[in-house]
This record gives sequence, structure tokens and C-alpha cells, in this order.
Amino acid sequence: MSSELHRPSDKQLARIAFRRRKAIRSVLLAALSTAVLGTLFAVLITGAPGWDRVKQSFFRGDIARDSLPAILDGLWLNIRLFVVCAACALALGLLVGVLRTLRGPVFFPVRALATVYTYSLRGLPLIITIYLFAYGIPGLRLQGTPSVTVLGGAAIVITYGAYIAEVLRSGIESVHPSQVAAARSLGLSYRRTMRFVVLPQAVRRAAPPLLNDVVSMQKDVGLISLAGPVDAIRAAQISQAGSYNFTPYIVAGVLFVLLALPLIGITDWVTLRAARRQNAGT
Amino acid sequence: MLLTCTEVRKTFGDAVVLDGLDLTVDEHEVIALIGASGSGKSTLLRCVNLLTEIDDGTIMLDGEDITDPRVNPDVVRRKIGLVFQSYNLFPHMTVLDNITLAPTKVRQRPAAEAKAQAMEWLDRVGLADKAGSYPDRLSGGQQQRVAIVRALVNSPRLLLLDEVTSALDPELVGEVLTMIRDLKGDGMTMVLATHEMGFARQVADRVAFLDKGRVLEQGPPAQVLGDPVEARTRQFLARIIEAGRL
Ligand SMILES: Nc1ncnc2c1ncn2[C@@H]1O[C@H](COP(=O)(O)OP(=O)(O)O)[C@@H](O)[C@H]1O
Ligand SMILES: [Mg+2]
Repeated sequence: MSSELHRPSDKQLARIAFRRRKAIRSVLLAALSTAVLGTLFAVLITGAPGWDRVKQSFFRGDIARDSLPAILDGLWLNIRLFVVCAACALALGLLVGVLRTLRGPVFFPVRALATVYTYSLRGLPLIITIYLFAYGIPGLRLQGTPSVTVLGGAAIVITYGAYIAEVLRSGIESVHPSQVAAARSLGLSYRRTMRFVVLPQAVRRAAPPLLNDVVSMQKDVGLISLAGPVDAIRAAQISQAGSYNFTPYIVAGVLFVLLALPLIGITDWVTLRAARRQNAGT
Repeated sequence: MLLTCTEVRKTFGDAVVLDGLDLTVDEHEVIALIGASGSGKSTLLRCVNLLTEIDDGTIMLDGEDITDPRVNPDVVRRKIGLVFQSYNLFPHMTVLDNITLAPTKVRQRPAAEAKAQAMEWLDRVGLADKAGSYPDRLSGGQQQRVAIVRALVNSPRLLLLDEVTSALDPELVGEVLTMIRDLKGDGMTMVLATHEMGFARQVADRVAFLDKGRVLEQGPPAQVLGDPVEARTRQFLARIIEAGRL
């Protein structure tokens, strides 16, 4: 390539040098302002009159160590629930989202049912859904009623399924009709058009809000503890009730953040990429 | 006759867009559809492709009534290629995947075979090096040529082209027109809605002027474009000349 032979002019070299100096200055400035702000916060918090008492009740290392095993046990339930519920909610959301976009009188009942479902479950607080499932269904005394964990998980799935369905539906509807016309004109059936042309574009566009829902689901699966099973937060609460110290909550909180970090990172990356791709298209 | 449209009627609400339109297309014939913007050229092509349902009349393809509700539109569409003004390539697929989608998913042909056929076409239109690119990396003229190839790999009996150069910068129009001229050389039957009167004159066997939902006048390009019988055709052509497109 000719770029290897090209020697930058003095003017270009001066520009490069200037930009480098400017970049170094920016980094130094950022570091300085961070240090100043950090010191200010530290002084403000540790210098507060109640700091010693707060430290005693929120940041006790020995209590953190003692409570950790139980909290990790609880967290394992969170993780398993999250993985299973996320997979089921995505599948349910995809199904309902597609059903809501079906046109034609034949599909009226399906469409209506899907609409009622997404409207009511997005309105119903998750806590109430969990209570209804975990206490209401066993109350029927049917043969083979699943465990409370499964019922609570189902409540989470149908609630999040409703959110995910709406996100996917808006994604589907954002795909221009000319794309459908192009696919149909090639002889693709409605189903193949959906599968190969519309859904891939819809999912790409809906990915950022979809991942946001998944991140928030990761926190919400813990609400199942309201029905009995011990998740990480419940484990922290039990530990707190024994020691009258809030440190276990901090431990659980830190673990939750660590767990969410990769997912949040992926969300940001996907959002950025989607924005870039959209700009490239124009 | 390959295509016979008889008394075709199409309305959108109160607007009668096609009002008892008759048109025939012979095998290997190239027909240029001309007419003012909004005269129903796109609507007619979409009706023939069964993307839009007609309100009355009959459309026969190869002796089969394709407007019979018992006919499976997907099967008919495999025999009719349609290329749009705005290309409508699938943005999430590479050029190659755009082209092989229908052969592999509709015709169930082996991927390798579909790919070989696609590459042959891309080679022919000088776009082989773009096979792995996404559509947004291509110029308008390149995208439109890919869209035409995408329609051609279905081996259609009839190719419908809807103002395929209208969205292009002037210097990109030529490459697409050259491709269409080559297709005519192959004996492809085509109906093209166009504003390129000069091109219609060169490539079309017959020019049909659409007005008020009917074919008001049709005949050899030299006659319809050079010495039209109907006053409305003359008016239309005068406006086109004024706009500098003849
Ligand atoms: N889907 C539609 N709904 C309502 N009106 C339409 C629709 N498609 C086309 N039309 C109307 O039909 C007429 C013919 O349009 P069109 O076939 O696109 O004309 P042309 O391609 O010759 O410019 C126009 O008046 C247009 O507004
Ligand atoms: Mg048009």
C-alpha cells in the first residue's frame, strides 16, 4: 500500500504532536479532578459525626465473613432461578410478541388474548403475582402441584414475558413494510419472512431495552423469597436479624452488583454497536 | 402470452387507481410502463406479484389464473421477480446471503450450489468482491444490481422492475441500465415502470402509457414516444421533455 511510503508532512507531524499533548493533559486533568472529588467525599463521610456508628453497623469485616456462606447459598438460588426464568421469559415474550403482530380475522382471539395478557401483567405488581401463584395455586389442592420455587419462578416468567413481548413487538413493528414486501416477492412464506427477515432485524433493534429487562430481572428473581425460598437477600436478612448488624446486606449488595456487571457491560456494548450500525446505514 | 391482465381494477378507499386495465406481455418481450407519478405503475406491478389484491378482473400467468383465490401466492411469486425503487435489500445479511436466501430457504437447494450460482451472477455484474459486504457499504447502483441478481436467482419467468433507477445519482444510473439491457439480450421477459424515456426507447419492444387507471396508448417506442396519437400522451411527454428527461 502507498500509505507505507507516505511520509507525513511537518505540518501533519506537528498536528499529531499537538493532539498527543492534548490527550495527556486531558488524562492528567481527569485524574486530578477525580482525586479531589474522592478526597472530598471521603472527608465528608468519615468526618461525619455518625460515621463510627455507621461503620460499626454496615461495614464489620467479621460479620461479613460469618454471613458470607449463607448468602452465597442464597445467591446460588438466585443464579439458577435467573438463568431458567430468563430463558423461559424470552421464549414466552417472543411467542406473545409475534402473536400480537398477526393480522387477519382468524387470529383475532389469539391476538386479543395476547393483548390482554401483556396489558394486565405489566400492570400487576410482581409481588402480587408471586403471592397469587405461590399461595393461590397450592390452595387449590390439585394433584401434582409443583414446589413454591417453581410457582414463584412461573410468576416471574409470566410477568417478565409480558415486558419482553412488548419490547419485541415494538421491534417487529419498527421493521419497514418494504422489507416484508421484498421477502414475500421472493416467494418466502409469512413464517419464513418473519424468521429470516423481520425477527433478526427486530431483535437487533430491541436488544438494548431487552437486555435492560434482563438486568432488572436478575434483581427481581429474589422477590421469590416472599413466598419462602431463601435467596441471597433473605439470607442476609436472616443473618441481620441474628446480629442486629446490617453488614450482610452490604455483602449481598456487592455480590449482586458483581453478578450484574458483565450483563450491564454487554448491554452497553450492544447499545453502542446498534447506534453505530444505525448511523452507518444513513 | 406470458402475462395477460384483463379488466384489472384496484381501489384504495375512494380512489380508483386501476380502472379496468388491459395489458398483455409476450414471452421475451420488454414492456416499458410510463405515466405520471401516481398513475398506478407501482400498483399494477404489485398486483401482478400478488403483493396487493385486485378488486376485479383477471391476471393470467402462463395460462394460469393467478388471481384465483385457491392459488398459492408464494408459488406464483417464485415465477415473478420484483425489483423495487428503493432496492429493499435485507440490511442484516451480506450481499451473498441476500441472494441465496430464496434459493436455499424456499427452493431448498444445497447451500454450496446456491452460493456458486450467486457468485456466478455477481461475477457477471462485476460485484464478486462485494459478496461478503453488508448492503450499507455499497453504493446505490451496486445495491440495485444486487437486488436484481437476488430476483434473478429464482429463475423467474417474468421480471418486474419498478423505477429501479429513480433513487440513484445520475452517474450510477448507467450501470443498472446496462445490466437490464444485458438481460434483454438473454431473452428475459420484463415489465419496467420507468421515467427514463431515452432508455425505454432503446430497450423496450413496446411502450404502454398509463392514464386514469388504463393503458391509454401503447405501441413501438418510436411511435408512442415520437408520434403519440393521444393528446394526454403528448401532454405527458411534453412535461417530461420540459424536465429534461428525454
Ligand atoms: N397502500 C396504499 N394505500 C392507499 N393509497 C395507495 C396505496 N398505494 C398506492 N396508493 C395510491 O395509488 C395511486 C397510484 O400509486 P402508484 O401505483 O404508486 O403510482 P406510480 O407508481 O405510477 O407513481 C396513488 O394515488 C397512491 O397514492
Ligand atoms: Mg411508483
